[in-house]
Amino acid sequence: MKRLLILACLVVIGVAQVAYAKTPKDYLVMGFAIDDIITLDPAEIFEFSGAEYAANTYDRLINYDVDNVSDIYGGIAESWDISEDGLSYTFNIRKGMTFASGNPISADDVVFSLQRVVALNKGPAFILTQFGFTPENMADTIKKLDDYTVQVVIDQPYAPTFFLYCLTSTAGSIIDKKLALSHEKDGDYGHAWLRTGYAGSGPYILKKWKPAESLTLDRNDGYWGEKANLKRVMIRHISEPATQRLLLEKGDIDIARNLERNDIEGLETNPDVKIVSRPKGGIYYLGLNQKNEYLQIPEVRQALKYLIDYKGMADTFLKGRMTVHQAFLPNGFLGALTETPFSLDVEKAKELLKKAGLENGFTITMDTRNTEPVPSMALAIQANFAQAGIKLEIIPGDGKQTLTKYRARNHDIYIGKWGPDYMDPHTNADTFARNPDNSDEANFKPLAWRNAWDIPEMTKVADAAVLEKDTKKRAEMYLDLQREHQQVSPFVIMFQDIEVIAERNNIDGFILGPSFDSNFYQHTVKK
Amino acid sequence: MVAITFFGLLLITFLIGRIVPIDPVLSMVGDKASAETYEAAKIAMGLHLPIWQQFFIYLGKVLQGDLGVSILTSRPVLEDIIRVFPATFELAIIATILGVVLGIPLGVFSAVHRGSFIDHAGRVVGLLGYSLPIFWLGLIGLMVFYAHLDWLPGPGRIDVFYEDIVDPVTGMMLIDSIIAREWEIFRNAVSHIILPAALLGYFSLAYISRMTRSFMLEQLRQEYILTARVKGVPEWKVIWGHALGNCAIPLITVVALSFGTLLEGSVLTETVFAWPGLGLYLTNSLLNADMNSVLGSTIVVGTIFLGVNLFSDFLYKVMDPRARN
Repeated sequence: MKRLLILACLVVIGVAQVAYAKTPKDYLVMGFAIDDIITLDPAEIFEFSGAEYAANTYDRLINYDVDNVSDIYGGIAESWDISEDGLSYTFNIRKGMTFASGNPISADDVVFSLQRVVALNKGPAFILTQFGFTPENMADTIKKLDDYTVQVVIDQPYAPTFFLYCLTSTAGSIIDKKLALSHEKDGDYGHAWLRTGYAGSGPYILKKWKPAESLTLDRNDGYWGEKANLKRVMIRHISEPATQRLLLEKGDIDIARNLERNDIEGLETNPDVKIVSRPKGGIYYLGLNQKNEYLQIPEVRQALKYLIDYKGMADTFLKGRMTVHQAFLPNGFLGALTETPFSLDVEKAKELLKKAGLENGFTITMDTRNTEPVPSMALAIQANFAQAGIKLEIIPGDGKQTLTKYRARNHDIYIGKWGPDYMDPHTNADTFARNPDNSDEANFKPLAWRNAWDIPEMTKVADAAVLEKDTKKRAEMYLDLQREHQQVSPFVIMFQDIEVIAERNNIDGFILGPSFDSNFYQHTVKK
Repeated sequence: MVAITFFGLLLITFLIGRIVPIDPVLSMVGDKASAETYEAAKIAMGLHLPIWQQFFIYLGKVLQGDLGVSILTSRPVLEDIIRVFPATFELAIIATILGVVLGIPLGVFSAVHRGSFIDHAGRVVGLLGYSLPIFWLGLIGLMVFYAHLDWLPGPGRIDVFYEDIVDPVTGMMLIDSIIAREWEIFRNAVSHIILPAALLGYFSLAYISRMTRSFMLEQLRQEYILTARVKGVPEWKVIWGHALGNCAIPLITVVALSFGTLLEGSVLTETVFAWPGLGLYLTNSLLNADMNSVLGSTIVVGTIFLGVNLFSDFLYKVMDPRARN
């Protein structure tokens, strides 16, 4: 009887494990907060998860090596030539490729895709239109020379890598012209359809998107390049880090993408799971509004830079998720400045405040979005500021709320994160160190504008840097620019992001790249 | 009366949606869009018009069944709600069945054996169900039954690799999998619904048993009960027939209200269990400043409440001759 009971128990346990184990062998199942995806049209995608989706399902003209960013190689374009004057780029399209629909890929699709971004003029359009393309001139500036050759003419002789890196972004995705146009409505280039549809040629193709629920990708068996290993990638929207961890530990997902520090620490001792991390381009900073009477004073700005415990934060609650970084170009970019001249120095800060006539300190507010780790950072900063008599009032809000206020220049201090849009240094120089028009009605509103920082001189320097064709010289220019910026700007740049993921031990080859849109599923294998 | 309530509901939700310090255009175009893109989107969304004009345009559209387009999904809000609602409905139905089947007998027992151990235990169970945060119970439930014991599957309506095999007919996974004769999927769906439905059922049980108990106590004090007992009617018939029979009418309202609350009140449960219903949809819309979806879901929930109330009033009238006058 007893033996029978034990046997029964074993059977029950066995059945339970078979029933709830685990992900299928040729599927990659991932827990990921994907509720930021609002569109699947590459001409409109401007969110982190959306960009990752496009990177895995669409091809671009060119790509860069995720381990050596300066190595740019051909995608849809086999090769390219740049004219003497630096204005004209000629791309030679690889022959024999097809889209997932079966349609061949030709120069027409490339021209259509780039013109489409310009004509639709959605969020990421500026990545291309900053080269002077307009709906009026695009027929002349982006054109087909023959079925496999495309010529693009830009408005100024920028550093070539600047334009090429921009083409590696989501906005440079190549779309199936025939398929998109077959769904066109009122001359929208198929936009309404493509917001939830798919017309690409990447290693994975869209199977189904249930917004804020799941995203399913299937292997593209007709892919022209190296085919993906796994048959299907299922991304499940799970916003709770604790739930992601639970599912990972039980083997119901293979990869957890959004874990908190304590989840990661908890997983470190689990032999079935491994932790993988990679520095990303995201920069955490304080923006000091120059409309504020205190923050206008150069000594006050300097003092605040000495009132942050960079190392303390990076060694404690940010450990493993961020590194100290104090310049606007993230490590890994051409010309990134790695010097970190500031550290917590209360005496020095007090001296500077005294010089500014504010030895008794002052009261100021900081708009803080309420998703970790930002609130924890804000609390640490509040305590540091207090040491020099500065009373920091934290105003919590959700992301959209704080951002709305920030964009209207109604903040005192804003604590935020900035992610570069493409791999060229101009992306961050453009926003942190350029402000062509500081008026309230300005058309171009970079971060320098949002903090009302009027810098005609620095704008010129940044403009010159993007035109420099000698890469070495160009890097020098950015280094100088950052050194000055570091000292005088109303930006207290503190940390660079590290992306940390946890994966089951049998997963290999999931590529974490340097930017949010260079995480690739194609080479992932399951042992 | 219904029209006025509905109008009030629309007006208030609309105003709240416009007062919150969130810019819906931003969520549409993203943080880095140019000024022209931003303006174009603003005009396309009709947000450049005066607020009263926006309201009447919105009202006109709602009356035609157009709740606008969701930013989050790029699809009409009404279509979204129709897509996600069956998941919530399925969960609420099962929870309500559990609540009724267990809650009414528990309430009756408590009333009959007033002051006994069963009564006290029943009240403690009811009190806990009423006062413990349901999402917390949900997390505990997952920890115990999924993480530690491995008896039940984790969050979600179905295991991820079973997704998209069954064609949606009713949208309710249990029924659709039966229609498709996919027994493996049916079994999987059942195992997934047990925990969330049990939790919500517990919540509903707590309310129903408490109300049943007080209705019963009132009935048991009445003279006709005494009369029946004197006349020698068996005790079970006195309790389950006479007394409970007279509680049936107010209980209908209680069950209807509890069902309405489950349809709308499962927001946190759905979030914890990653249950893709109306509650999760509403949470995601809120977090993404997707105002059309938030307003749309609120109106739908409000309308359901109105409907449930009307329906229970109607039943009341059918069943109780006194209410007809």
